[in-house]
Amino acid sequence: MTAQTAIMDGNTAAAYVAYRVNEVCAIYPITPSSTMAELADEWSSAGLRNIWGDIPVVQEMQSEGGAAGAVHGALQSGALTTTFTASQGLLLMMPNMFKIAGELTATVFHVAARSLATQALSIFGDHSDVMAIRSTGFALLASGSVQEVHDLALIAQVATLESRVPFLHFFDGFRTSHEVNKLTLLSDDDIRAMIRDDLVRAHRGRALTPEHPVVRGTTHNPDTFFQAREAASPFYAGAPAIVEQAMANFAKLTGRAYRLFEYDGPADAEHVIVLIGSAGETARDTATILNRTGPQKLGVLQVRLYRPFSAAHFLAALPVTTRAVAVLDRTKEPGSAGEPLYLDVVTTLAQATAAGHWPVMPRVIGGRYGLSSKDFTPAMVKAVFDELAKREPRNSFTVGIDDDVSGSSLRFDPGFIIEPDDVVRAVFYGLGADGTVGANKNSVKILAEDEGRYAQGYFVYDSHKSGAQTVSHLRFGPHPIRAPYLIASASFVACHQFAFLDTVDVLALAALGATFLLNCPYGPDEAWNHLPRSVQQEIIDKHLHLFVIDASKVARDTGLGGRINTVLQTCFFAISGVLPREEAVKRIKHMIEKSYARKGADVVAKNFAAVDHTLVHLCEVAIPKTVSSDFERKPIVSPSAPDFVQRFTAAVMAGRGDALPVSAMPVDGTFPLGTAAWEKRNVADEVPVWETDLCIQCGQCALACPHSVIRARFYDDDRLADPNNPAPATFKSAPVNARGYPDSRFSLQFYVEDCTGCGICVEVCPAHSLREPGIKAINMAPKAPALVETERENIAFFERLPANDRALVDFANVRGIQFLEPLFEFSGACAGCGETPYLRLLSQLFGDRLQIANATGCSSIYGGNLPVTPWTTDAQGRGPAWSNSLFEDNAEFGLGFRLAADMHGGMVARLLRDLAPQLGAAFVEALLSAPQIRESEILAQRARVAILKQRLIAMTDESRALDLLSVLDYLVRRSIWLVGGDGWAYDIGYGGLDHVLASGRDVNVLVLDTEVYSNTGGQASKATPLGAVAKFATVGKRVARKDLALQAIAYGNVYVAQVAMGANPQQTLLAFREAEAWPGPSLILAYSHCIAHGFDLRHGMRQQELATASGYWPLFRFNPAMRNGGEAPFRLDSPRPTISLKEYTYNELRYRSLATMKPREAAELLILAQRAVLEKYAEYEALASRDGSRFQPDASKRKG
Amino acid sequence: MDLSTRYLGLALRNPIIVSASPLSADVGMIRQLEDVGAGAVVLPSLFEEQIREEERLVDLLTSVGADSSPEAGSYFPAAVEYNAGPVGYLELVAKARAAVDLPIIASLNGTTEAGWVDTARLIEQAGATALELNIYRIASDPSVTGGQAEADAVALFQAVRAKVKLPVAVKLHPYFSAFGAVARRLDDVGADGLVLFNRLYQPDIDLVRLSWCNDISLSSATEIRLGLLWLSLLSGQLLHASLAAGTGVETADEVVKYLLAGADAVMTASALLRHGPGHLRTLLGGLETWLDARNFSALADIKGLMRHSHPNAEAQERDDYIRGLLGYRGPYVEV
Repeated sequence: MTAQTAIMDGNTAAAYVAYRVNEVCAIYPITPSSTMAELADEWSSAGLRNIWGDIPVVQEMQSEGGAAGAVHGALQSGALTTTFTASQGLLLMMPNMFKIAGELTATVFHVAARSLATQALSIFGDHSDVMAIRSTGFALLASGSVQEVHDLALIAQVATLESRVPFLHFFDGFRTSHEVNKLTLLSDDDIRAMIRDDLVRAHRGRALTPEHPVVRGTTHNPDTFFQAREAASPFYAGAPAIVEQAMANFAKLTGRAYRLFEYDGPADAEHVIVLIGSAGETARDTATILNRTGPQKLGVLQVRLYRPFSAAHFLAALPVTTRAVAVLDRTKEPGSAGEPLYLDVVTTLAQATAAGHWPVMPRVIGGRYGLSSKDFTPAMVKAVFDELAKREPRNSFTVGIDDDVSGSSLRFDPGFIIEPDDVVRAVFYGLGADGTVGANKNSVKILAEDEGRYAQGYFVYDSHKSGAQTVSHLRFGPHPIRAPYLIASASFVACHQFAFLDTVDVLALAALGATFLLNCPYGPDEAWNHLPRSVQQEIIDKHLHLFVIDASKVARDTGLGGRINTVLQTCFFAISGVLPREEAVKRIKHMIEKSYARKGADVVAKNFAAVDHTLVHLCEVAIPKTVSSDFERKPIVSPSAPDFVQRFTAAVMAGRGDALPVSAMPVDGTFPLGTAAWEKRNVADEVPVWETDLCIQCGQCALACPHSVIRARFYDDDRLADPNNPAPATFKSAPVNARGYPDSRFSLQFYVEDCTGCGICVEVCPAHSLREPGIKAINMAPKAPALVETERENIAFFERLPANDRALVDFANVRGIQFLEPLFEFSGACAGCGETPYLRLLSQLFGDRLQIANATGCSSIYGGNLPVTPWTTDAQGRGPAWSNSLFEDNAEFGLGFRLAADMHGGMVARLLRDLAPQLGAAFVEALLSAPQIRESEILAQRARVAILKQRLIAMTDESRALDLLSVLDYLVRRSIWLVGGDGWAYDIGYGGLDHVLASGRDVNVLVLDTEVYSNTGGQASKATPLGAVAKFATVGKRVARKDLALQAIAYGNVYVAQVAMGANPQQTLLAFREAEAWPGPSLILAYSHCIAHGFDLRHGMRQQELATASGYWPLFRFNPAMRNGGEAPFRLDSPRPTISLKEYTYNELRYRSLATMKPREAAELLILAQRAVLEKYAEYEALASRDGSRFQPDASKRKG
Repeated sequence: MDLSTRYLGLALRNPIIVSASPLSADVGMIRQLEDVGAGAVVLPSLFEEQIREEERLVDLLTSVGADSSPEAGSYFPAAVEYNAGPVGYLELVAKARAAVDLPIIASLNGTTEAGWVDTARLIEQAGATALELNIYRIASDPSVTGGQAEADAVALFQAVRAKVKLPVAVKLHPYFSAFGAVARRLDDVGADGLVLFNRLYQPDIDLVRLSWCNDISLSSATEIRLGLLWLSLLSGQLLHASLAAGTGVETADEVVKYLLAGADAVMTASALLRHGPGHLRTLLGGLETWLDARNFSALADIKGLMRHSHPNAEAQERDDYIRGLLGYRGPYVEV
């Protein structure tokens, strides 16, 4: 029987096997491994069985630590158990891994290897994580391709059962976990044939059972621990042979042979590269090419079984003729004599040579490559071989970067390309929203489904959640494609967004004579004249064939809206020549039917129509001999941007980050604020336009805007006519409509280039025209180029108007807040994001004295993912100081801020009192006892601190003055906020959060509650509501969401508020201010709508209103301070439910989809959820009726 | 008293059918309707727009953010993406069929021949006894002629007819220039029944908010006359299709009148929504009383009793109309 082939990514290839050979999966989502867990859950929900005919149990846990604990427990109870993880997640599993290994427990962990967070977090791939756990006692088995992942997942399972050594099977995060490639599938029979049931039963036989009880996990003393630790050694000694045998059995069964150390090259090679993972393929192919021309004989040794490291096998694989070895590590161990694999190779060779088992000690050099998925190319492999050939090659080198600081880097020639001519290489530039990646994944399937045809797809994304750019790298050919690196020379380039021509050099990768497909609003006769000069020049120089299509129009005309994927996919097949055109069209339609049939016949019909229309509208453009354009690509940032932005940020924005040298980098991960303002992303097609006459100046729009693109200022009306700074003719203003401002004007300014076009501002605007139906004070309008130009001028003028004096602004109402400068702006968050308005409000209220600990998640990505940050400063240079430590520790991290502030605050007081004779006792007293709640009080304190600073600077001979200067900042009351999502607060960070709330310290916790893990793709958290569908709650969550608020209220001294800006912005404002003013711990749960809820976020604020109106999300504040005045501390701020729960929930796909999938269950859950809402509301009502004595006392001394 | 009748080739125990409304969305209520004597039940309409919009929304909402970020390929479980069809409706069909012995007539409401008509097949598979195709179209495009509108309606019926073997009724509005021809054409191409009439949605304007009001009003007894007229004209004229009437049934009087004019079955929803499902018993009781009082022993005896037997029905109608107009009396009209 012919083996079945399939097209899948590495994660799927691993999960496919892992699911079939296990009984329990305990997991926690983490990039880039999440897909494996999601698939397991999906299969389990769908009733897919393992090879023994059972449906594995999949359990999502609260953290990787929890997952490892559950794995350990399930293993100890005899179940075949696995987990999937990466990076920090693996580190959280580490304590259990020592236990699992120490107890010789058979299991395989599948890891998509990823960088560890150090100077920065990175979600991308390297071996930092797996190298960090190499002392746990787990065997480490590495795969280098999608096929290997599939095969070694099984070999690892076979080996662990026999050896009893637990295995960590890993592969390169993203490069392998996300590469789509063709592989030969293992049948269930193959898998069955490899797994020995006697070993499975033996595993079960070691389980804890009261029928044959044992104790395990005992505590030893110095007398026995050491010996006991050594008792397991024979199992490790025997493991390599067991793996080797499993590989041999596997080869017999499938014909695919693997070795512990895979050597490729001449038997008499002189120079050998040793490495682990996907880079092995690159190195092998490069060596093969280089060996054709000589003069050196080059070999590559790929390590598969890294632990236990079998010196014997290594030496057997390495040619004895080897004179020089370069060991490449995909990790960095600062301060070590070398990276881990290098040390192992040196040790092995040195020991063998010393013992006489090896003739001559070769020269061994080590180097680092590929950190955080830095592309590792044949050119780099060649550079390493070239280095090896030198008389004195460099040790501890780097390759792939320009290390101009330590001089470690090897030079390489990017023009060195080894790809064969029979491989079609295509690169597609698209937007996340336009479906390019999805279409390309389909193209890979279409092309690789035939025998004898192979394809590979790899996808690169930027870090924005709105307007994200994607680059797809696709290869097609008649032989298996083993090229785990990006395409450097493409025979086909597609630019799916015309606007990219202005910002990205899309033709940089185009080979001579390549085909260039451009989605272009202009026809074949006009298109040429709308290309920038440099693009024209490149087309002429490279003899490119240019094809244009107005894909957006074809998609619109055929009812596909903004989804241009089918149109452009059809173009690719029509002109790339990868398949005969008619055959290609047939295949596309077949794939459309397959992909969309279950989405409905109408979706299929529209896509079919799009295919047919495309072929009619696709045209080739005749290329003139000379350039004719009179315009050039614009600079990526304004020439007025600061030096750092010009030098660093702009390079990263333009896709030139790889070329930045080490010296351009901050040494410790520290970056300036305010960089997002320079990234004019222009992602919106429509932007808001202001009707001055209708506007009631209420401030709702500015408050709701997720991207801070709506700014308000009031100013003296003569500013408009200032002859030195006249207002542009198009600048809009209106008389201030509040009393007491007779000669003042009000302006709303829209930053149209930063707007994402979500339309929330229009929806929240309460001012309707009385004469024109549907017209409000804000309306969306097409973003015409002329509008952008005029708004640029208007923004420049607006920014020259003086910022409103914070002391003059009424902080107590929404109307006033619009005049406070946001210090959080233009983030890359999703259009219509429900989280960011809260962060902007935070920055407006307390930004100049704000310090934020931000848990990993959406808010850390749009808050701090390079190239820019939305956090910014005011005119005085003050602004939020922001840091992200980890996901799990954010509460503790933020508490650390407080501890330092309290400590240094005490130090300031001591030093001030010490220096009181010089400074004046009254002045010192004023500094130490000044109230700092109101803005005017903060201003007064800042003035005192400024005077103090001057005096201290003058006291040059007083060391205490210098000490005081170093901690002076703490004299202005620091506003410390711990920000994160529900995944952090309810799950992974819950223990820490609980502890921090119980500490009594003055920290403010803001939970941006989207009720799912938003950043990793909508997995259920303990905040996910009853009846909602999420990943790991595919058939609707069956447990009600945790009432974190009540838990915090139970302490008695924690300020707790539940807010929803869309339901009552005034209450949100009040809660933020009260929380900040409360000198103990505060917790705010902020309802945040999210794309994972499944509705048009334009109506996000309305949906928040419905959440509250239904009683699902009651608004309340528990303010311990109220007790001081004898008032009831719990205030219920929203009325009894006025609508049914269904009227709120069924607007959202997360609820409605269950009614579609499982109507009966959905109806039952809805009834239960409705009851729960009413019950919960009654509980809150009861709380609201209690006086302060009926809550836990607040015994904090601070508040007397 | 034999109240049985035949509609769409189905034997009904009596002629009162509960027409499409929110009442029949619930299986418990359908059981109640059976208990109070309904002859058959039409399930709530599944709208073309509803089907297409749900498909579009699920497609759109599941694609927001999909394949855009390295961390998240999607934001929903795959099952959400692949369950866009009218699963809930199909389940209602199946459950209603299992719960009662009555004929269960599913209802599809649409205007175009696009992919959604495939839903008819799914409805048949789910076990519906028959299907009512509600062709609700306002020819708002002035370039569409009456002929085209008629042809479109017929083509739509044929598209649905081609998908299923079960009986299909067509519910129509009366605003065709030659309704009789449309009725006959549908009869010719295999309609098993015609339901007279659809009430076209007529919106009002909110003078304060300057917006259209989208409320739907329930029908009243005053609206039965157009139905009576056309029933009387069509009754006995069609080869195959049976006739049902369904606007303005408030009391047994309207039931009787429709039957007299030639209806095989009479539909009601507004009255049941107004007075509760128990009102159906009142209607049946009233019908029986009326028949009894006149010594009719079977419903068949009165069906079409008042149909127009005049060879020139049009002339007769005009005559009736003229006499009606001339005979008008009121406070401002002198006798």
